[in-house]
Amino acid sequence: MREICCELITETVNKLFMEANYHLSEDIRNKLLEYRAMELSETGCEILDQIIENAELASVKELPICQDTGMCVVFIELGQEVSIIGDHLTEAVNKGVRQAYDEGYFRKSVINDPLKRINTGDNTPAVIHYDIVAGDKIHIKVMPKGFGSENMSAIKMLKPADGLEGVIDFVVDTVSRAGSNPCPPIIVGVGIGGTMEKAAILSKKALFRKLGSKHKEEFYEVLEKTLLDRINNLGIGPQGLGGITTALGVNIEVFPTHFAGLPVAVNITCHASRHKEAII
Amino acid sequence: MQFCFTVLCKLLGMGIFMYKKISTPLSDSIVEELQAGDRVLITGRIYAARDAAHKRMCDALARGEALPVELTDEVIYYAGPCPPKPGYVTGPFGPTTSGRMDRYTPAMLAIGLRGMIGKGERSKEVVEAMKKSKAIYFAAIGGAGALIAAKIKKMKVAAYEDLGAEALAELWVEDFPVIVATDCYGVSLYETEPKKYKDKYTELQNLR
Repeated sequence: MREICCELITETVNKLFMEANYHLSEDIRNKLLEYRAMELSETGCEILDQIIENAELASVKELPICQDTGMCVVFIELGQEVSIIGDHLTEAVNKGVRQAYDEGYFRKSVINDPLKRINTGDNTPAVIHYDIVAGDKIHIKVMPKGFGSENMSAIKMLKPADGLEGVIDFVVDTVSRAGSNPCPPIIVGVGIGGTMEKAAILSKKALFRKLGSKHKEEFYEVLEKTLLDRINNLGIGPQGLGGITTALGVNIEVFPTHFAGLPVAVNITCHASRHKEAII
Repeated sequence: MQFCFTVLCKLLGMGIFMYKKISTPLSDSIVEELQAGDRVLITGRIYAARDAAHKRMCDALARGEALPVELTDEVIYYAGPCPPKPGYVTGPFGPTTSGRMDRYTPAMLAIGLRGMIGKGERSKEVVEAMKKSKAIYFAAIGGAGALIAAKIKKMKVAAYEDLGAEALAELWVEDFPVIVATDCYGVSLYETEPKKYKDKYTELQNLR
């Protein structure tokens, strides 16, 4: 067994949320520049320029890219040969969130109960997904998830007979209905298969994949391109004020499912798509 | 020539559009003059409020109570900031999704609210109420909160301090950049603009 101190987990989570909130990933910045060069709408170009300038300013001054520093989503792949010393793992992660949101001057947006709605004051608890994997390492992935885009996400249990066309229609329809609300240009995570909750988690996981990287299966690479074409043909554009830059990318994750079902989840993130990861 | 003009505007930090400068509070003549698509720089006092503050204000109105601030001819910015780092007036302070405030907006307009700043389209009911009371809706850029914060020169909590980032705040802004998204005649860019770019993405890909 390899021993890992809970302090190292806390420190890593803290650092990852700091980095994610201050520094936009290179792949997203590159896509923004690529679409800026293509965009036909003058308003769209003006908006994309300001989005890029904002990300640069945030990075240089170490300010959050967006005031919605989100609810904290954490994926942990825990090697089964790891023994954690000290605190409970969940508490170690939440401690990292608490520290980052205090030290980083991030907004605390989390409330204690969906109906009673009292702010918890430290942006905890995080939403944590655990996976037990082989090995003696911990892979930590973090995402401060803004809710302008989270609110526009959707899930549907399609019928097997709906097939590929049904999936395409549901994804495009979800983006179309979201319209100007999720701060386009967006990135679209699609989870297909599994059960209802599995599809939802897959759609979130899909958002971690680098923009511009190809799906490992050609069939889904083609589907991603088809979806991106359909979405950018909607005309929604940057901030919904018209243009060809509605989405910067579509990422799909799949999982086996029951022969009676075809679950599809669509998780949308805004252009300030913040995620970082580390292996300890 | 066009290039020189663009560069000049870039140097002035203005993009390639002409900006109209306005001051708050707003009046009939200011609002009537602005049309969907106009670029505007706002100077003066505005209020920041989002979901929870709107709920409290509307609950107060329903009970027949006065609001903690007078909103006649004023502008509400749908936003809640990050806390300020030392040396800053405020942390990043971009707009939130306006649609979530739609349920409260007709009541706000009925007591004289003149302008709203946010992101994303409004409901038919809100647009109709805006036409009736000659109000205007401006779009700020969602996700550009760090840039926008630099235009806020002073900030203080006006009410509901217990709501934290959702408190009702009084802001003094200088040349705060917005686009008229829906004017007082009911013309909305969210309706007129996307149509123009439908299917253009594929056309562009085929040309490349």
